[in-house]
Amino acid sequence: MTMRTPQQTTEEILDLAAAQFKVPRESLSPDDDFFKKLGIDSLQALSLLTRLEQHFNVELPDYELQGVTDFRTLAERIQSRL
Amino acid sequence: MIDLDQHSSLGSALREALDTFANETCLIEADRDRERTRLTYSDFNHMALPLARALQDAEFRPNDRCAIIMTNQSKWLISAYALLYTGGVLVPLDYKLTAGEHLELLAHSKAKFLIIEYHLWRAITQHPEFANHKVKIVLVTEAPPTADLKGGFRWEEFRRKGDPNFINRKRDDWACIVYSSGTGGRPKGCVLTHNNYLEQCKSLTAWYPFWPGVRYLSILPTNHAIDFMVGFIGPFVCGACVVHLRTLRPEFVRDAFVRYKITYVSLVPLVLKNLERGIRGNFENLSPSKRFILDRLISLNKLLTRKRPNVPLSRNLLPQVHKAFGCELLALITGGAFIEPSTMQFFYDLGIPVANGYGLTEGGTALTLNDLKPFRADTVGKPLPGVELRILNPDADGIGEVAAKSATVMSHYLDDPELTAETIVDGWLLTGDLGRFEGTGHLQLFGRKKNMIVTEGGKNIYPEDIESAFEGIEIKEHCIFAANFIWPQKELGKEMLVLVLHPDLNQEVTTTILDDISARNRRLPDFKRVGGYLVWDKDFPRTASMKIKRNELAEQIRTSVESSAVKAL
Repeated sequence: MTMRTPQQTTEEILDLAAAQFKVPRESLSPDDDFFKKLGIDSLQALSLLTRLEQHFNVELPDYELQGVTDFRTLAERIQSRL
Repeated sequence: MIDLDQHSSLGSALREALDTFANETCLIEADRDRERTRLTYSDFNHMALPLARALQDAEFRPNDRCAIIMTNQSKWLISAYALLYTGGVLVPLDYKLTAGEHLELLAHSKAKFLIIEYHLWRAITQHPEFANHKVKIVLVTEAPPTADLKGGFRWEEFRRKGDPNFINRKRDDWACIVYSSGTGGRPKGCVLTHNNYLEQCKSLTAWYPFWPGVRYLSILPTNHAIDFMVGFIGPFVCGACVVHLRTLRPEFVRDAFVRYKITYVSLVPLVLKNLERGIRGNFENLSPSKRFILDRLISLNKLLTRKRPNVPLSRNLLPQVHKAFGCELLALITGGAFIEPSTMQFFYDLGIPVANGYGLTEGGTALTLNDLKPFRADTVGKPLPGVELRILNPDADGIGEVAAKSATVMSHYLDDPELTAETIVDGWLLTGDLGRFEGTGHLQLFGRKKNMIVTEGGKNIYPEDIESAFEGIEIKEHCIFAANFIWPQKELGKEMLVLVLHPDLNQEVTTTILDDISARNRRLPDFKRVGGYLVWDKDFPRTASMKIKRNELAEQIRTSVESSAVKAL
């Protein structure tokens, strides 16, 4: 499998988040606060994490989400495990 | 259950329990669908005692303080028992706080030892203030083999052969220092004694007993008063089993009910609502005929359980619902924050009783609890045995501040005699919550007198603690309030923080300023964020030492503007 660039990872996360929470893809950008932008709570954020794990084929402990609120930082956390 | 009256300390009570129930399972730890650990009381003892010995050899003395910062797991409880065995004082800290907040509370509590999970320790070591910490010995759990622990020791290797010396404590000695809030402004370290815990344990188990074979699913953080009591002390002194999950993903939590045949679980409103949403979603997907039958069965169950629950009957009437919860569930325990009565009623009508209660760390674990005779979703239950409650200065509707007198009320706030004197007056704990007693003896809550909010996740947020996050904005003065403190609503739920901005004369609150405020707000953990702002055109009233007179300012705002003047952030 070819390595993804951090930009690709971020874009893919935005695509998946938009699909999962049914918001227009173009309304999301990397520095958005995903709790606010997607209107989700912390449990729904954890279920997003599950979806991302399946997509990127990595296992992310719950604590990887601690203190993370924007897509870009989330992408960095995932990128470091790819 | 062992006889708690025979014991003067938690260490001594747990010690007897570990002997009495040696062959019963006490802990199961699962990560997703993998089971990681299963321990009997005897195994637990054999893991804790070498740790206790090593602590004593490292000069951990009776009354020394040791902080624990860990997610819910077996090592939390093993460490806690080892510390109580050696006569230590536990400082359970919330693992969800930031590294800076952890350092602040470690300093405030004067913890000499620290037991912490690796990823949390790593965050602390990267903090600019790390070099200034005064903790003498740090034990780090689950560190990767090559990790640099920056002076910490591996928990798994920190053990010594030989019997440790059991150090008993007296009833009035300190058992724990629990922070009910507390960072930024004024840390509130509640000093709870062995007597507080032993008496609380007695009263709670009188209404909701545990026994060998009961399985309690531990989801609320163990540092929280509820899980510490209901997910550790309570089940242990009764020989029951605690199940820990290393993930809180809803799908794995749901599976755990079935896989481990859970008897009790404590949940915060957020999780309870999430469960409700899931079940309602499943109901929606049923065919119209199945849905018709289900609705009839729910109505029948409602009718048959209106005076008191009858879980075996409900299991027969609604087997599919109960199967999804493992068929052994006796009650959902909730508390710590406001819960919609409709959510509780939803579960009760399905034959899953909700034991909701009311309490605050300062008062132990719980002051009131629903005894389900009958279930009252619109109240927080009745005072637990040994708890005396009083309504201070009731208004025409009988609503006033709730005050409590009970053996479970904390000793004092750590190093804060002034705050202690304001909070415990003539032996009565002033809760700051507004309530009223029903003719049936049930307590109803109507809001808060104090300037704070409790989130759906059960966290206490004090506005003063968040103000520093907005230090440096291009505004003359700012101040944060709980909206309900300015405009009392006499109801709970939908709690929000409001940022009051006082710009210079003729200064406009520009979008640049608002963007800066929004960006700062986003950097706060989600549960601490401000919901809206209000522009105020007068100087804030201040004391001689320049502290904002919050009560006076709130009063001025209340009499000049409506809550609709608050703009969303």
